[in-house]
Amino acid sequence: MLNIIKMAARNLRRYLRRTLLTSALITMGVVSVLLFVSVSGSFKAMMVGQITDSMLGHLQIHGKGYLSSMDNLPMNMNLTGKQVTKVQEILDSNKAVESYSMRIKFGAMFSNYNETTNIRLNAVDPEQELKTVPLLADRILEGEKEGLLLPGEILIPELIAKGMKVAIGDSVVLVATNKDGSVNGQPFTVRGILEGISGPGGRDGYVGLADARSLLRMEEQEISEIAIRLTNPDQMKGVFGQLESALGEFKNKKDKPVFEIHTWEKISPFFNIAQMIDLMTFFIKIMLVAIVLVSIMNVMIMAVYERINEIGTIAAIGTGPGKILALFLTEGLLLGLLGTAIGVSISLIAIMTMNATQISFDFGRQQGLLLAPTIGAGDVITISIIVIGIAVLGSLQPAWKASRMDPIEALRHV
Amino acid sequence: MPLVAARNLTKTYISGDIEVKAIRGVDFTIEPASFVSFVGPSGSGKSTLLNMIGCLDPPSSGSLEVVGQDVTSLSARDSARFRGDHIGFIFQDFNLIPVLTVFENIEYPLQMVQNWPVEQRQHRVQELLAAVGMEGQGNKRPSQISGGQKQRVAVARALASKAKLILADEPTANLDRVTAFKIIDLMKKMRDEFGTSFVFSTHDPKVVENAEIIYTLEDGKILQ
Repeated sequence: MLNIIKMAARNLRRYLRRTLLTSALITMGVVSVLLFVSVSGSFKAMMVGQITDSMLGHLQIHGKGYLSSMDNLPMNMNLTGKQVTKVQEILDSNKAVESYSMRIKFGAMFSNYNETTNIRLNAVDPEQELKTVPLLADRILEGEKEGLLLPGEILIPELIAKGMKVAIGDSVVLVATNKDGSVNGQPFTVRGILEGISGPGGRDGYVGLADARSLLRMEEQEISEIAIRLTNPDQMKGVFGQLESALGEFKNKKDKPVFEIHTWEKISPFFNIAQMIDLMTFFIKIMLVAIVLVSIMNVMIMAVYERINEIGTIAAIGTGPGKILALFLTEGLLLGLLGTAIGVSISLIAIMTMNATQISFDFGRQQGLLLAPTIGAGDVITISIIVIGIAVLGSLQPAWKASRMDPIEALRHV
Repeated sequence: MPLVAARNLTKTYISGDIEVKAIRGVDFTIEPASFVSFVGPSGSGKSTLLNMIGCLDPPSSGSLEVVGQDVTSLSARDSARFRGDHIGFIFQDFNLIPVLTVFENIEYPLQMVQNWPVEQRQHRVQELLAAVGMEGQGNKRPSQISGGQKQRVAVARALASKAKLILADEPTANLDRVTAFKIIDLMKKMRDEFGTSFVFSTHDPKVVENAEIIYTLEDGKILQ
């Protein structure tokens, strides 16, 4: 076998132009895919980061059935103080949980003393909220970002600020109905204006938890939602399983689960876009496979055609069909290895260069976003194995043809 | 024991409804260390006969023993192995592999067919380069040497694996008179030195007058 490898390598070296052409095609394919995967992965990671780190967190816990009724912001499905304590115990004992934030979600009437409109609100503990969704402060378009909120202050969504002509420092009134049906009103000072983002809660305002409890006249420490930030988002599926199992032990009197837990993927519509990015990546990979397959097959068919006389000669002097097959397959394998090695090297250098030069771009209102392409070892290995495998597959038909050639016919070929 | 023994050997090609009898029941033997020539006009069956002796084409009927083995029904793989072990080939167009050097062309059957160790291969190739008068030319490509030199390299390649039988199909057809005589002298010298039998198909008088045994073919039959 070593002799076959040596001979194949020598043939590739001697048929240099053909070798360079084919490996260049393979290299181009590998570079295109690796760069696309790394850049699209960077966009995806950035978008996912925006959603999880500025709004949703990685996981969310609600009372059973809350999520399906979320549009109504049902107060009667809030978690009770006892239930919240149990969840806190579970979360505090899990080392993968970096932080969590308790939220009361409710609807209210928003008045600037001249006009009134509806507003959806999240009541949060500012310190815990910033630990759990640290990019929330970056969504504040106008106003003080430090500390997020003080008692009596409100962050309002940009659309309401514009529509109601409300500015920073203005006094506004929130009027809300509590779960007993009584109505209460409370004045707030506008602390900041929030950029809206797509997805549930993306156009909500923010107030402090204590203010919300006062407005809603809550006697108990009720909570609508617990957003969770994980130390390592890659462990999300595993932690989800652990928490789901731990929370599943709590049943109501009808023996039904008390809690429900969801990953951000279940909650945000962006997950579908992320899946589309994955699908596009998959199709790009298929295109790469096609490029490599066609180029290798083309070159190997030409190689066999140009070398018919040579094949006849080596067959006549005793090279068996198996060795001829192995020789051409090895040439395909080495072409694949060469093209892939160069392609991977160029791609890694290009990715490092992009990271070193800190290319920035604007996306919507977000300016100066850094392009930070990364590629995992798993992706590099998978793509390399696919390309090399396809290179061998592309050589199979021409190699088979060469090995089955009649030596007499081949020797007559001019 | 003869090196090659053929009895009532036939070869018929069928192309559609047409049946072409290329060899029509020939008998002959070839002894070790002999210099044999099959002569005759084009289409007389010389190349077909050489192809059958060389296990490149199976006979249609009759018996054919080469180096003591019945070769009438070998598979493609066994034929290749048999050729690699026992038979060397010299072609009219030299058929050197263009991308390999002179040295590598001679080394090829030792490396790819018989799997000789590197040192033994190199020693054998150097020995053959000297034997065919091509010392110092090992690094040249076939395109850098003359026709006569190419045929010398082809002789060396045929001898490389120590085959007892070398088949040469019109070996001097593409050579000038002086070079052709030099190649014939070389082959005779190799026969004397290594005890190898050379079997030619030719209609070149230069080869014929140097052959020790001559079989004349006409319409697929041996005349004498």
